[in-house]
Amino acid sequence: MAAQPEALGPSAPTRSLGGQESISSWPLVDRLGYVLCWAAGIGLCLVTGAIVLYMLFKGASYLRPYLFVESPTGVPNQSKAGGFLDPIVGTLIITAIGVAVAAPAGVAIAAWLSEYGRPAWLARAVESGVEMIAGTPSIVLAIFGLLIFSQVFFGFLSQTSAEGHVYGKSFIAAGFMMSLLAIPLIAASTREGLAQIPSHVREASYALGKTKATTLRRVLLPSVRPNIASGVALGMGRIIGDTAIVVILLGATLRTEGVGNVPVLSTLRGTGSTLTNYVYSNSPTGEGNAPEKAYAAAFVLLVLVLVLNLVVTRLTSARSGAQAWTR
Amino acid sequence: MLGAVSVGVLAFIAVMVVTVFANAWPSFSHNGFIKWFFPGGDVDEQLRAMQSGLPIPGHSGYYIRAWPLLWGTILTTGMAVLIGIVFSTLAAIFIVEFAPPALRRILDPVVRLLAGVPSVVYGLLGILVLAPWVENHLISQGRKSSVAYVVQLTGLNLSVATVILTVMITPIMVAIIVNALAAVPRSWTEGSAALGVNRWRTTWQISVRTARPAIIAAAVLATARALGEAIMLAMVSGGRAFAANPLDGITFLFEPVRPLAATIVGNAEGLSNPHLAATLYAMAAVLLVSATLLSFAGWAAKQPLKRYGINA
Repeated sequence: MAAQPEALGPSAPTRSLGGQESISSWPLVDRLGYVLCWAAGIGLCLVTGAIVLYMLFKGASYLRPYLFVESPTGVPNQSKAGGFLDPIVGTLIITAIGVAVAAPAGVAIAAWLSEYGRPAWLARAVESGVEMIAGTPSIVLAIFGLLIFSQVFFGFLSQTSAEGHVYGKSFIAAGFMMSLLAIPLIAASTREGLAQIPSHVREASYALGKTKATTLRRVLLPSVRPNIASGVALGMGRIIGDTAIVVILLGATLRTEGVGNVPVLSTLRGTGSTLTNYVYSNSPTGEGNAPEKAYAAAFVLLVLVLVLNLVVTRLTSARSGAQAWTR
Repeated sequence: MLGAVSVGVLAFIAVMVVTVFANAWPSFSHNGFIKWFFPGGDVDEQLRAMQSGLPIPGHSGYYIRAWPLLWGTILTTGMAVLIGIVFSTLAAIFIVEFAPPALRRILDPVVRLLAGVPSVVYGLLGILVLAPWVENHLISQGRKSSVAYVVQLTGLNLSVATVILTVMITPIMVAIIVNALAAVPRSWTEGSAALGVNRWRTTWQISVRTARPAIIAAAVLATARALGEAIMLAMVSGGRAFAANPLDGITFLFEPVRPLAATIVGNAEGLSNPHLAATLYAMAAVLLVSATLLSFAGWAAKQPLKRYGINA
C-alpha cells in the first residue's frame, strides 16, 4: 500500500553483527558513514521531540477551559471570539461518518481480495485501484467531491439556494470523501491480518461443514479484529489530520450551521468546521489570525493524534502474541 | 456482495478520472493543451482576471500559462525528496543496524508519530516559528533590495517550504527503507561478516545494495505525497506564483513559490466561476495523473525485491 509509514512492525528484528568490533580499526570513510548514521538517527529523535514538545508546551500555555465550551463567534476582538467547541464537535462528526463508511468498505475489500479474488485480473485491478486512491492527493478528492455533491441529484445532502443551486458542502459530503483516506489503510491492515492466518484454520472450518462465507464471518474476521482496529485507528488519524477536504467540502463556516429542521439530519446536511480548519483559519494565513488559539487547537489535535498512536502501538504489540495457532 | 464493494472502488475511480478531466478540458482546450504548461506572464494576475471576468490586455477571454505553479511544485517536491532520501537512508540504516536496542524501541513510535502529525500543525510551526526566524536571521536587507524590483522576500519562501516538506515525508521513506533493510536475509550479512568485512561495509555493500529498489520506491512514493500536500504549502510557501530562478544564487532559496495543490486551496472560493473552476480542475487533473503514475512507479520499483523473496 502506498505511503504507509505505520508498517514499521512491532519491533524491527535485531541484526547487529557482534558488538565487540572496535570502530577505531575501520577506514576513515566507514567511520564517517557510521557517524552520519548516528547523526541521522539522533536528529530524527531530536526533530520529532522538538516539534511535539514545542507544540504541546506552547499549546498548553494558551489552553483555557472556556475554549472547550464556547462556540467561535468570528468577532475580530480575540477576547470575545469564543472557543472551539464547534470545531471539536465537527471533528468528531466527520471522524464518525468517515469511519462508519470506511470500516465496512475497507474490510469488505480486504476480505474479497484475500479470500475470493476471482477473477484474478479483477482482483489485480481492485488492488491497484485501492493503491491509486491511497496516492490521490486529498485536495483532488476534495474538489472532485464538490463536483459530485453539487449535482442536483445529491441536493438532499446539502444546502440548496433559492434558485436551485446545490452548494454540495456538508458534513455528509466531507465525511464520505474523508472515508476514502481511511479505506486503503483499513484494507491494508485487514489484509495483512488475513494473510497471516494459516490455511489449516480455514480447512478445519470447511471440514466442519461451514461454507466459505460462514468461515469468513465466524472464524476469520473475528480473529483479525485487532488488525481491523489498528487500521481504523490509523484511518481516524488521517481523517482527523486532513484539512483540504474540510476547507472545500465542509464550507469551513466557524459555527456548525444546520440545514432544515430535522434535528440530527440538519447538522449532517449543514456546514461546519473541524479542529484542523480552525487551526488553519486562526493562523496568519487565515482570516482569524489568532496564533494563541491556533496553538491551543493544535494542542488538542496533537493530543488526539498521540492517543491514536498509542492505541495503534498497543494493538500491534498485542496481536503479535495473541494468536495461538501461529506458534 | 464483497465483490460489489470492491468493484465499487474501480467505478469510483473511473467516475473521478472522467469527471475531473471533463471539467478540466475547457481550460486545456482554450489555452492549448501544450501551451497550458508553458511559462508566460504572471499567474496570479491571470487567476485574478478570471475571477473578476475582465480579460488581460492583449488576450481574448481567459488566459493561463501554469509554468510558475508547476515549477514551484517541482522545486519544493524535488528538493524535499532529494534531502529526505539521503537523511532517511542514513536514519533507516541506523535504526536497523546500529541503534542500541533501547533507542530502537523509541525510534519506532517516533517515526510513526512524525508521520501522524497533521499537516496543518506543520504549517503552523512553519509560519509562526521557522518563517520569522528565517526572515530575521537569514535574509539580509541587501538581499531583499537586490530583488525588490521583481519580488518581495519574506520568511515564507522556498527554503522554509522545503525544510518542512522534508520533515513531513521523511517518516514515510524511513518506514519503507527500514522494512526492506530488516528483510535482507541474515545469512547474507553474516557471510560478509565472516569474511572479515566490517559492519559498515557489510551494511553498505550488502544490505543497502539489496534494498536499493526499496529506496527508489520510497523516494517515488514520498514524491507522490509531497505533490499533493496542499495546506501546509499554502501556509508557508509564500503564496505568490513566482517562478523562483536558480540563477539568482542563494537568493533563489528565499524566493516565494506556490505549488499547484496550494493554488487550488487558495482559490477554492472561485470554484463557482466557470473559467477559474475549469483551470483549477485542470490543475487537479495534472496532480491526479502525476500521483497515479508515481503510485504505479513506486509499485514497479519494488518488484526487483521479490526476486530475493523480500516482501517490503
